[in-house]
Amino acid sequence: MWDYTEKVKDHFLNPRNVGFIDDFDGIGEVGSLACGDALKLTFKLGDDGRIADAKFQTFGCASAIASSSALTEMVKGMTLEDAAKVSNEDIADYLGGLPKEKMHCSVMGRDAMEKAISYYRGETQKKIEGEIVCECFGVTDKQIERAVKENNLTSIEEVTDYVKAGGGCGNCHDRIQFIIDDVLGNTPRAAKKPEVMTNIQKIKMIDATLEREIKPALNQDGGDIELVDVDGNRVLVKLRGTCASCSKSQITLKHYVETKLKDLVSQDLVVEEV
Amino acid sequence: MKPIYMDNNATTRVAPEVVEAMVPYFSEYYGNPSSMHTFGGNVGGEIKAARARVANLLGALPEEIIFTSCGTESDSTAIYAALHSHPERKHIVTTRVEHPAVKNLVEHLGKNGYRTTFVPVDRQGRLDLDALYKSLSDDTAIVSVMWANNETGTIFPVEEIAREVRERGIVFHTDAVQAVGKIPTNMADSAIDMLSLSGHKLHAPKGVGVLYIRKGTKFAPFLMGGHQEDGRRAGTENTASIIGMGRAAQLAMETMQDENTRVKAMRDKLERELLSRVPMSMVNGDPENRLPNTTSIAFEYIEGEAILLLMDQYGICASSGSACTSGSLEPSHVLRAMGVPFTAAHGSIRFSLSIYNTEEEVDFIIEKMPPIIERLRQMSPFWKEAQAAG
Repeated sequence: MWDYTEKVKDHFLNPRNVGFIDDFDGIGEVGSLACGDALKLTFKLGDDGRIADAKFQTFGCASAIASSSALTEMVKGMTLEDAAKVSNEDIADYLGGLPKEKMHCSVMGRDAMEKAISYYRGETQKKIEGEIVCECFGVTDKQIERAVKENNLTSIEEVTDYVKAGGGCGNCHDRIQFIIDDVLGNTPRAAKKPEVMTNIQKIKMIDATLEREIKPALNQDGGDIELVDVDGNRVLVKLRGTCASCSKSQITLKHYVETKLKDLVSQDLVVEEV
Repeated sequence: MKPIYMDNNATTRVAPEVVEAMVPYFSEYYGNPSSMHTFGGNVGGEIKAARARVANLLGALPEEIIFTSCGTESDSTAIYAALHSHPERKHIVTTRVEHPAVKNLVEHLGKNGYRTTFVPVDRQGRLDLDALYKSLSDDTAIVSVMWANNETGTIFPVEEIAREVRERGIVFHTDAVQAVGKIPTNMADSAIDMLSLSGHKLHAPKGVGVLYIRKGTKFAPFLMGGHQEDGRRAGTENTASIIGMGRAAQLAMETMQDENTRVKAMRDKLERELLSRVPMSMVNGDPENRLPNTTSIAFEYIEGEAILLLMDQYGICASSGSACTSGSLEPSHVLRAMGVPFTAAHGSIRFSLSIYNTEEEVDFIIEKMPPIIERLRQMSPFWKEAQAAG
């Protein structure tokens, strides 16, 4: 059960401005059946140049319907300049907040408004900017970059919550991480492995990989691992916590720990329990 | 508002008879079955009786039954036991429509040194048996196929598959949490090696499960520690729940007939009426081989979460294959594996009945659903075009 605010529930159960304005001045359509939500927004300007009426049709979940309803209420009476400035955060705030997994509903509202204004201004439908990163949901690098910047996103999961990218097959996760790192000004991770390692470098890297990549995963299950020694390419470790008594520990050791170390440090490593 | 509960594949009401059987084992007879004293030993006797009752329901021997904490634990135990017993074998076969308890575990193992085969299904949700048999080799450690699918109710021919798999000397496991109690199971003349079931799917409480292990099947425990369950599952017994599980197994034998006549008739009526009253709706799954209590109906061009929340206004409880209810972005892996089109997958609703449902409840849903569907379709940008296209 989602933790929706009373305002979200109200706008879902009693949506405002459902429909389609036949003699619209602007129209914006986003989303698709495949994506699981879609919004068709129309507006009509008054003589004063402000939005006199706005209507929506939405296919989607409760928060998609509520976000659409909220958007139409918000932009009525606004000039197009002001309407263009309505952000997805503004829509979410108007509703008293949205569950983070549902933020993409508010992004859909903003995108539809932008498209409708572009239509009115006679701007030919902007070509999709950027390059598709997420094939499943057709999201481009520019869209991801924008969502990361505007909402201070720091993880792939958050990007998925806001623009859906990465929510399907997951093949694009590396590229999304790259975009996040780029926006945040981080040096891209996975620094190149040095071609030839000294023993000290190797031990340091094994230790760092255990600390950074492997321990947190084992800790989640109440387990732990300790580096005892490195003898040539033999990595000697001790399993602790639940790992020590777990019937799957040999599988964990061989297939998880060893694979990680091989991938991140050196293909020649073999892990052994002592 | 009294709930109209048609989500019994998610969980069921604990039967009053089961509660009654359990209550004394909390504050009155709270002894540890492993203790030397009579006070604890008596509880041990009740657990023995519960084991016999579960064995009776499955057509198995009492010593072939171990109690676990849930269906998921039973599944994990079975799969890891097979892998440990055949360490040289590195291939696991399952289906694309398994419950996450099996699917996610096998996917995990697939990333950790095992080769995996996920057998596909057709548009009706029927397994591609040829593909399954062709995938088997000397390297295959275990085949795990659910008895009945939780989302569509489709029943798989596990008995036939088990025989074929056994002939090749491979262990066969079935996740039967949706099947046991609804359709007859007789392990005595079956080739199934291991079978999982879950208490809360058949009117016992949450937190108790069962793993059937055929006598002679190689086994390695998942939880290690004490000698409980004959050394096959360590941990102090969840005594009250195990006793409840035994009572529920007894009841299931008595109610199976009702499940397959009255409950089935109610399910059929609900399905028939909804399909006839709501245009552009269809059933997901194999209508021929199906659990008597389950129907999954796709209402095209609308989204499941919105449907469920409007149903919730009337206290109607069901579930959806839509993405939005789970927090993921894609509709259920089961419907996708079946190739249900997106127009339908997002708007699929599963009703799963039980012996506690009534004809009045079915009529109430039949009355309330069509306006809910119509209301959401009127909001949908695709509905007018779809209607025009016919």
